[in-house]
Amino acid sequence: MLNIEKIKNDFPILKDKSLIYLDNSSTSLTPRSVINAMTEYYEAYNSNVHRGIYSISQKATEEYEKAHKKVANFIGADFEEIIFTKGATESLNLLAYTLTKSLNPGDEILLTEMEHHSNLVPWQQLAKEKNLVLKFIPVNKQGRLDLSSLNELINEKTKIVSLTHMSNVLGTINDVKAIAKIAHAKSALLVVDAAQSIPHFEVNVKELDCDFLAFSGHKMLGPTGIGVLYGKKELLENLDPFQFGGNMISEVSLTDSSWNDLPWKFEAGTPNIAEGIGLGKAIDFLLDIGMKNIKEHVDQLVQYTLESLGKVKNLEIYGPINTENRGGVISFNLNGIHPHDVASVLNNTGIAIRGGHLCAMPLIKNNLNVASVCRISLYFYNTQEDIDLLVSKLEKVKEVFL
Amino acid sequence: MSTMMINPDIISINSEEEEIYRENILDHYKNPRNFGTLKNHTIKNSENNPVCGDNIEITILLENNIVKDARFQGKGCAISVASASMLTEKTKNLRLQQLKNLKESEILDMLGVPLGAVRRKCGLLSLRVLLKGLNKSEVQDE
Repeated sequence: MLNIEKIKNDFPILKDKSLIYLDNSSTSLTPRSVINAMTEYYEAYNSNVHRGIYSISQKATEEYEKAHKKVANFIGADFEEIIFTKGATESLNLLAYTLTKSLNPGDEILLTEMEHHSNLVPWQQLAKEKNLVLKFIPVNKQGRLDLSSLNELINEKTKIVSLTHMSNVLGTINDVKAIAKIAHAKSALLVVDAAQSIPHFEVNVKELDCDFLAFSGHKMLGPTGIGVLYGKKELLENLDPFQFGGNMISEVSLTDSSWNDLPWKFEAGTPNIAEGIGLGKAIDFLLDIGMKNIKEHVDQLVQYTLESLGKVKNLEIYGPINTENRGGVISFNLNGIHPHDVASVLNNTGIAIRGGHLCAMPLIKNNLNVASVCRISLYFYNTQEDIDLLVSKLEKVKEVFL
Repeated sequence: MSTMMINPDIISINSEEEEIYRENILDHYKNPRNFGTLKNHTIKNSENNPVCGDNIEITILLENNIVKDARFQGKGCAISVASASMLTEKTKNLRLQQLKNLKESEILDMLGVPLGAVRRKCGLLSLRVLLKGLNKSEVQDE
């Protein structure tokens, strides 16, 4: 059992007891240790990395590289396989641009109908530019991937399969490992958007056997502006750089350049140093609490939330109704009341939830057949009391609008 | 410090005056005025609110550069629907030049409740639909 009250003390923003934060899949809160680590960089050894011979630059380089190592250990990868980006979106754009370079017109990219815009729009736009064919694994009525036609969807023309590990709308956790096997059997690459899964349970890239994996720091207690791209070493070595400039080169003449070793080949320019160090601290914090404990706590809370919301009249829940392979994201609608209005009323009682299309317009429109939804997303600092308060305030919402 | 002070919104009933505005918004939301579309129109445009995907369409009929009739339709939250409803009322009998000169502040005053940065987009969606529609339709002053 986690001592939630003690944990809450580590988050400065939660000093405000009136804040009930239920928008964690949008961004998580930041613990003091992460804020302090970033402040310490600026106050004690503010300097560039990989350049200065002087002490503080060496210290900055060590700390920044240490953060890469922490990420590598966290997901079961090697140091060279961890590229820092500004977030999952940039990681996925990097892949869309570099991986499609070698593709030919007619080659296929397979996504799913439940992708966040960040794992849809980059592929979609590159496909248009290069006459590639986009295909989609359908989502069934239960909010899970319909894998019945997977053997036809993945064929000899399929070069890339890219999917979310956990839906930011439905909470569905996808069986990436099984899909990786089928993709690899047809020599397709498997890309995983792990932005939602990484904060919630142990993710091991070797275990999943994915080729690439993308996630953001700010959803896992880290700062904004830092994210990660993992890639298998031999694949990254053969991939062209995404951006060019300082740090990513080995040797430069006026007419030609060669590239730095991994991972720096993919980190052009001065990186987000403080944010990288902050991300390392965030991982320390997560490991201190324990990923198993986090999963257990959130799982129990999801169960409780599904039961509690199930009792609210005129409320429709989207996504799987059982807790198996389902994470801490629950989307719903109060019949006839716009999600913005629900979120507004809740806001005035201190409860922060998301209302909108959740950056997944096709799923919301085509599969759920609505324009927008309300979403609560849970983390380890949330409690059953938060959910009780939410449910009582939902009744208030109905009083105002119905 | 409470979170509700950061983003004051339609339900923050802090004063009697706000209560009256809130009632007014809910009234326009539940009984929207000029709801529908004009088959015979001079201006027609619809836009999305990128935050939530809501869509509002406005049709306007001009005669001698004066708004003879205005309608709106679409789906939205209380703020965006009330704002469109109020805007269609406000536009009637306005001259084309007056339409073009409508300011964001006038719409926000019309709604009468303080809106945070995100809900401002809901409140101003109808004005954006109207102004973009005016640009597209190339209606000229005489």
